[in-house]
Amino acid sequence: MGNFARYIPHTPEDIRRMLETIGVQRVEDLFETIPMKYRPSKSLNLPEPLGEPDLLRHLQELQSPLYTSFLGGGAYHHFIPAVVPSLISRSEFYTAYTPYQPEISQGTLQSIFEYQTLMCQLTGMEVSNGSLYDGASSLAEAVLMAFRITKRKKVLLSQAIHPEYRKVIETYIDPAQQEIILIPYGKGDGRTDEKVLSDRLDETVSAVVIQNPNFFGVIENLQGIGAKTHQVGGMMIAGFSEAIAYGILAPPGKFEADIVAGEGQSLGIPLSLGGPYLGIFSTRNKHVRTMPGRLVGETVDLEGKRGFVLTLATREQHIRREKATSNICTNEGLCALMATIYLSCLGREGLREVAMMNLSKAEYAKKAVSKVKGCRQTFSGSTFNEFVMEIDGDPEKVLWEMKKEKIIGGLPLAKFYPELNRHLLVTVTEMNSKEEIDRWAEVLEKCLERA
Amino acid sequence: MNRRDTGLIQDEPLIFEQGGEGRKGYSLPRWDVAESEAKNLISPHLLREDLEGFPQLSEIDVVRHFTRLSQWNYGVDSGFYPLGSCTMKYNPKVNEEIARMSGFASLHPYTPEDLAQGALRLMYELGAFLAEITGMDGVSLQPAAGAHGELTGIRMVKACLQARGDGRKKVLVPDTAHGTNCSTSTIASYQMVEIKSNEDGVISPEKVAEQMDEEVAAIMVTNPNTLGLFEEHLAEIAEIVHRKGGFVYCDGANLNALMGIVKLGDLGVDVVHINLHKTFSTPHGGGGPGAGPVAVKKELAPYLPVPVIEKEGGVYQVNYDRPYSIGKMRAFYGNFGVILKAYAYILSMGPEGLRWASEMAVLNANYLMKRLKDHYHLPYDRPCMHECVFTDRFQEKYHVSTLDIAKRLIDYGYHPPTIYFPLVVKAALMMEPTETESKESLDGFIETMIAIAKEAEENPDLLRQAPQKVKVRRLDEVLAARKPKLRWAGDK
Repeated sequence: MGNFARYIPHTPEDIRRMLETIGVQRVEDLFETIPMKYRPSKSLNLPEPLGEPDLLRHLQELQSPLYTSFLGGGAYHHFIPAVVPSLISRSEFYTAYTPYQPEISQGTLQSIFEYQTLMCQLTGMEVSNGSLYDGASSLAEAVLMAFRITKRKKVLLSQAIHPEYRKVIETYIDPAQQEIILIPYGKGDGRTDEKVLSDRLDETVSAVVIQNPNFFGVIENLQGIGAKTHQVGGMMIAGFSEAIAYGILAPPGKFEADIVAGEGQSLGIPLSLGGPYLGIFSTRNKHVRTMPGRLVGETVDLEGKRGFVLTLATREQHIRREKATSNICTNEGLCALMATIYLSCLGREGLREVAMMNLSKAEYAKKAVSKVKGCRQTFSGSTFNEFVMEIDGDPEKVLWEMKKEKIIGGLPLAKFYPELNRHLLVTVTEMNSKEEIDRWAEVLEKCLERA
Repeated sequence: MNRRDTGLIQDEPLIFEQGGEGRKGYSLPRWDVAESEAKNLISPHLLREDLEGFPQLSEIDVVRHFTRLSQWNYGVDSGFYPLGSCTMKYNPKVNEEIARMSGFASLHPYTPEDLAQGALRLMYELGAFLAEITGMDGVSLQPAAGAHGELTGIRMVKACLQARGDGRKKVLVPDTAHGTNCSTSTIASYQMVEIKSNEDGVISPEKVAEQMDEEVAAIMVTNPNTLGLFEEHLAEIAEIVHRKGGFVYCDGANLNALMGIVKLGDLGVDVVHINLHKTFSTPHGGGGPGAGPVAVKKELAPYLPVPVIEKEGGVYQVNYDRPYSIGKMRAFYGNFGVILKAYAYILSMGPEGLRWASEMAVLNANYLMKRLKDHYHLPYDRPCMHECVFTDRFQEKYHVSTLDIAKRLIDYGYHPPTIYFPLVVKAALMMEPTETESKESLDGFIETMIAIAKEAEENPDLLRQAPQKVKVRRLDEVLAARKPKLRWAGDK
């Protein structure tokens, strides 16, 4: 037998005895309900099996080289304490399924309950679900939920929301019935244009959606937007892609947000080329029954002991199948666990400190840039850990030159914003040392001259 | 907190109920730049004062807490997990190691393509492998879960029909399909029409022909279906649906029975989603992350979500420029960390290995079915595929229910089967052993099930009171739903 035998324990003798019990001659006889005429004559055209050593060698070769990177834009390189991978590697956690049998799933259930609490505290909201797929789909679910609650068909989306998130929202809605109005960003400060927002806000608007910090890294002024939206009977949805910012930023709950939906990757989850990540979703108690996703609640057992169960499942797809609030069947349980462990380690002081370090390093990088010839910061609005800069040159060419020095210098924005065709989004986290930032500025200057 | 004599099943308070003011469990990189003053940079009203209620723990507090929690869980590594429809097969450890390799785990999704060729190649090849296994033409790895794949697939059908100016309103869903199929069609603004399965537990072409008209966009079939039966008339049904201009959607959650045996594409399926966390051995993570790639025939390929990974002259490229695409179902590429485990699994198994897996999965299910059918009522007594469905009808007379049987299994150290699903069977016990269980493992479970059937007769209270050898006993789910307590509120 081939290399695959290590995962399948059957011996020839086992098979003989099992077939005998079943009362058939050969394994093929078990497949008699599959019409012969549809059976392929050839075996699958796939590579021959690899044993573990060869498999490891092959995958090692497919790995990417790791350069010094100033990439962000919805996925962030943060430090992950060793405790996180160590604890989530406990296979009682990662080889379990959705906790349908609460008596033997209290570990998963209690940790999700803790996660729900942490997310409420982080976002300043009253209730959180047990997680969704990622920030983009979470924000799209928030938009759909506001449509359900308000029964209105129009949503105002800030243009400074992550472009991929906006694309997902466009894909999720039904364009035959629902409409998206884009609210531009201010060319000066990089914030969502409040004047245009006020002009477009009326009794037909289901929700206003703003991301904070926005895609340009700029901190939005959410004050007053919630009240203004509520005046016309709409809902305020606050999105985010950088959860670490809430170590220092006021939580959206403080600004009367009705739904907060964003990405939790920064909370101890590896970059992994964009997934699996963590969709955070929290809201007000009064909306709990229209909220998508799994929920864990506290209860007691037969003997009065505290325990946890999946609850309010009538919102889900299993029961009242055609009336479900969404078709979501799972959460991102293990990613939620990573965030819970990460936040337990960092705690009250640590999340604040790591946020301050991000802010401070980005400020240092801005200062470094201000000394580079042919390069300036684009927006005046205050930022968290990323900022947009314009360069005198073709960003693609400059980045190509920087790459030769093993630096990924930033993210060109032309793909997302054609008008920002000489602009880069630069992200600096606690992982970028002062030396790296200095070298980045130096190499940038050199490459600007060269390109 | 006071210890009770619970042995090693100790009580463990919530993280919020532990720790102390000023206790720290973290360290950060050296402060090598000056610390900014937040107030000077950001308007003070946009800043927060504090992270109220956040834990303050040392590292060992955190480690003990989550280690304790893990011990109250049951995973595939703990023991036999015959949860029907979920394919709880062994999750190879080498795949976990691969996902943690720094050249994958630390890879940013916006890494320039030339620096991510290996990762792009891996995704391109996995797409090709899945297309080969299912007999389809194009694949998107983007959907994050099975239900997400369903929604992606149905959106593509809708987009394709709309491009033809065809605004159909209905989707046919058999009563033996997965629950998510119905909610998916509802979320995609289709009216769901149920098709009853016949006395053999499969859909008959006549029933489909009765309902099929020019208003039907698609039929959503699960094959093998939730009774563990192969939809033997699927090819004929597909012809009926195609003749009236509809599409055939297949829920591929149960693909574990079919690898190398039959290709869904050859049966007329136009679009299928695949659960990498079932058939392709990636772990379920306590309820995600999974991955639900969707595979389509040529006709639907232009509608795949962006980006699509292409290969040109030996170089892998990411193509966003696809005018007919439905758009994006999530940010970036998909659950790459899951995708690479499925890739590693397929490379470990090879073509004969995958076929062998399906054959042994079906052998195990039939063996289980045969040995239990004298003790538990088997509503559809025909050869099954990867799973079989029993009921509590023989135990009813002792006032013992499916739930009691399931809970009693916990006292014997097993994870119960899926219960009360599929809905087409009253009080179902749905068992899927998977191929990674040995004959001894099955025999142990079978003997236990037989013992429980006997207990039901002789001492039914043992079942009704079960489970007893656990951290918590049966929980009050009504209370949880009536008075929802969804967060710790000690900070309020």
